[in-house]
Formats: sequence, C-alpha cells, structure tokens
Amino acid sequence: MPSRRTLTLAAIGTAAGLLSGLFGIGGGILIVPLLVLWCGFGERLATGTSLAAIVVIASVAAAVHGAYGNVHVRDGILIGVPAVVGVLIGTELQQRISTKAISLVFAALLAVVAVDLLIPG
Amino acid sequence: MIEAVAIGLLAGVVAGLLGVGGGALFVPALTLGLGLSQLDAEATSLLAIIPVALVGTWRQHGHGNVDLRTGALLGVLGVGGAVAGAAIANAVPQRALEVSFAVFMLFVAWRVARRALRADPPGPATASRAPAPP
Repeated sequence: MPSRRTLTLAAIGTAAGLLSGLFGIGGGILIVPLLVLWCGFGERLATGTSLAAIVVIASVAAAVHGAYGNVHVRDGILIGVPAVVGVLIGTELQQRISTKAISLVFAALLAVVAVDLLIPG
Repeated sequence: MIEAVAIGLLAGVVAGLLGVGGGALFVPALTLGLGLSQLDAEATSLLAIIPVALVGTWRQHGHGNVDLRTGALLGVLGVGGAVAGAAIANAVPQRALEVSFAVFMLFVAWRVARRALRADPPGPATASRAPAPP
C-alpha cells in the first residue's frame, strides 16, 4: 500500500505530465505551487525539485512526440542551448532588479498571444 | 538560424528572471518566430526544455535547493501522464489544441500577474491557506 505522500506525488506528477505532453511545457507552473501547498516545501526547494522532475517528464514527453515525428531536432537544439545561457543570465539579473514590472509585461504578452490564438483566421 | 538562437536566449533570460519554465515562451516563439505548427512547436519546446531543466537542477542543487529523491519520484510518477498528454495532443484536432493552449496561457498570465502584485506586501496570511490534499 503506497503511503499518502507517494499518492500525493503521483497525483502531482500525473497532472504535470499530462500538461507537459499536451502543451509542450515543463509543468513547473503546477508542480511548484502544489509542492508548497500539499507537501510543505519552501518556495526555493519546490522550484529546484520541480526542475529535477521536469528533466524526466520533459524527456519522456519529448520522446513520445518524437515517435510521432513532431520534434524539429535542429530547432530544439538551436533554441535550447542558448536558452541555458539565457537562464543563467536571467537568474543572475533576478538578484539585482525588481521583477514586478517584467512579470506584468510578461503576463500581458502571454495574454495577447493567447487572445491572438483564440481569434480564428 | 539566428532567429532561433536569439529566441532561445531571450526566452531563457525571461525564464531565469521570472522562474517560469521556458515552455510557455518556447511554444509561441516557435510558432510565431519560426512558423512551426502548434503541435510541432509543443514537441520541439519539450526538447529545448531538457537542457534548461538539467542545468537549472545542477545550479539549484549546488545551493541545496533540490530534493533529488522527491524530484526523481515525481518524474517517474509523471511518466504515465506525460505519455497520455502527448498522445492526446496528437489525437485532437489542431484547432482544439490551439484553443486549449491559449486558455492555459491565460491561466499562466493570471498566475504570474497575481504573484507579481502580491509580492510587494508579504501578507502573513499567505502561509495559512492550505487546502486539503486530494
């Protein structure tokens, strides 16, 4: 009989995996808050642990999509490798500047892209 | 090729700044920037996420911020969901995928904005609102 904690992690993992495979994301947007709320993790520990889970989840989802022939390997590498450099820069900048304005601009940008997708044609 | 590198770099900076995984940025960057279909952009985004998450884990582990056992367990327990999610993405009509992705993006936008607006006054009540586990 699996423990209550294992069942909780299975629920989080399954939901994150579904989102990941369905939408092409890592799933951190779901994993981080649920680790905090359901498992009592601190924000930092939740973020780091989420990254480790994403390595596995994204690899599996990418492999399945690869089997369907959807993955553009060259584009993925061309974007993924510079993104690593970008993340290191971004993490460093985060310690120095206020991210509030950037968060709001980012949220607005996502909303615009979403609305653009929703309008047909 | 230069577009792809620039998009990756920019998406990485924003991801690092805001702590939001690159995926929510990679997908629209791939559709709008490189002209991929929604399905192919999602699949390619997943490949791009792997090195980012790997390096992120390594860096955070150095700061003692990774519970590797829980992370690995979460990942393994997420395999079924990931396979199912990818299969569903391939089974539904492209338009349905676009619409559901757009709705999900609105959710992400709402969360990011709410967190940004809440970050200023650190309310003491935030820790106490823990809903019951499922």
